[in-house]
Amino acid sequence: MSFINYSSREINCKIVYYGPGLCGKTTNLQYIYAKTNPDAKGKMISLETETERTLFFDFLPLSLGEIRGFKTRFHLYTVPGQVFYDASRKLILKGVDGVVFVADSQVERLDANIESLENLRENLEEQGYDLDKLPYVVQYNKRDLPTAVDAGYLREALNPTRVPDFEAVATTGMGVFDTLKAVAKQVLIELKRGR
Amino acid sequence: MNSQLVLFEEEQKKIVEICDALHHDACAKAVFLVNRDGQMLANSGETVHLDTTSLASLTAGNIAATGGLAQLLGEKEFAIQFHEGERDNIHISLVGHRVILVIIFDERSSLGLVRLRVKRASSKLAEVLEEINAKAAENRGHTVFDEISDEDIDNLFG
Repeated sequence: MSFINYSSREINCKIVYYGPGLCGKTTNLQYIYAKTNPDAKGKMISLETETERTLFFDFLPLSLGEIRGFKTRFHLYTVPGQVFYDASRKLILKGVDGVVFVADSQVERLDANIESLENLRENLEEQGYDLDKLPYVVQYNKRDLPTAVDAGYLREALNPTRVPDFEAVATTGMGVFDTLKAVAKQVLIELKRGR
Repeated sequence: MNSQLVLFEEEQKKIVEICDALHHDACAKAVFLVNRDGQMLANSGETVHLDTTSLASLTAGNIAATGGLAQLLGEKEFAIQFHEGERDNIHISLVGHRVILVIIFDERSSLGLVRLRVKRASSKLAEVLEEINAKAAENRGHTVFDEISDEDIDNLFG
């Protein structure tokens, strides 16, 4: 749920990175954090297990500049990808303004991608959201790995509605900011449309 | 779909006044008002050395997780939480099911005093929240985005 504060002249929005376990959601945020000026970002929080898997969420507050004197602030969250953390995922989707689905391009993770995408749709519906009406982009991550499936094939399987999609290698940063900008822009356009 | 939260200066001022008064009356170190999505609405007291953005996000996560626990037990929600530290303590409560009131206090205050003052401040905050809801309904469809063009948005992303 976006929050517009006329007193501090801020527009605040929430973007959630969703996807199967180990697809690179946290790596996306880590890259954004590493490459953003200190004055445009807050502290990145990672609530993780002892083995550095996301336990509850990662959180990164980010400023993307001003529009007509209003600061645009985005709160980026990841969900825990592992199947059994579904209760946590549902909580993090509450109040979401835009979604990034991070897919793992490796052939052996195709089923996990599809399962996670179905899970995203179901969890959103449970809270009254329709994925087809939300600002939403897809990222095909890990394009550098030898077992990466052809992007066209992934598009057929994971992006039937043809929302904006991006090939990425989150570890090197390829496609990371393109993905973020695309979803952030959609969020602002949707707010302007006055949903 | 959730409706968006719009806070105007008049209501912001009222909220800050209530938080300032609570900060004083409860002998607290700091007072925060956060919405359930983790956005900070107001704060008061010794906040300079605190990462207020992170605090707001984690508080909302905490409330969400506790709400999930409550539902598993058949409860609607747990409206109050208290965390006791070696120096500082945190009292977290829900106001009007919509916003979260956070009090940080140390040995200069007590849990009893904080609970007492929070109760009084909560009913005042609930009134202001009603005003915010009413104003939002009145202004539905009119926001800062009326003045923002598609070109403005394009320019932001270069």
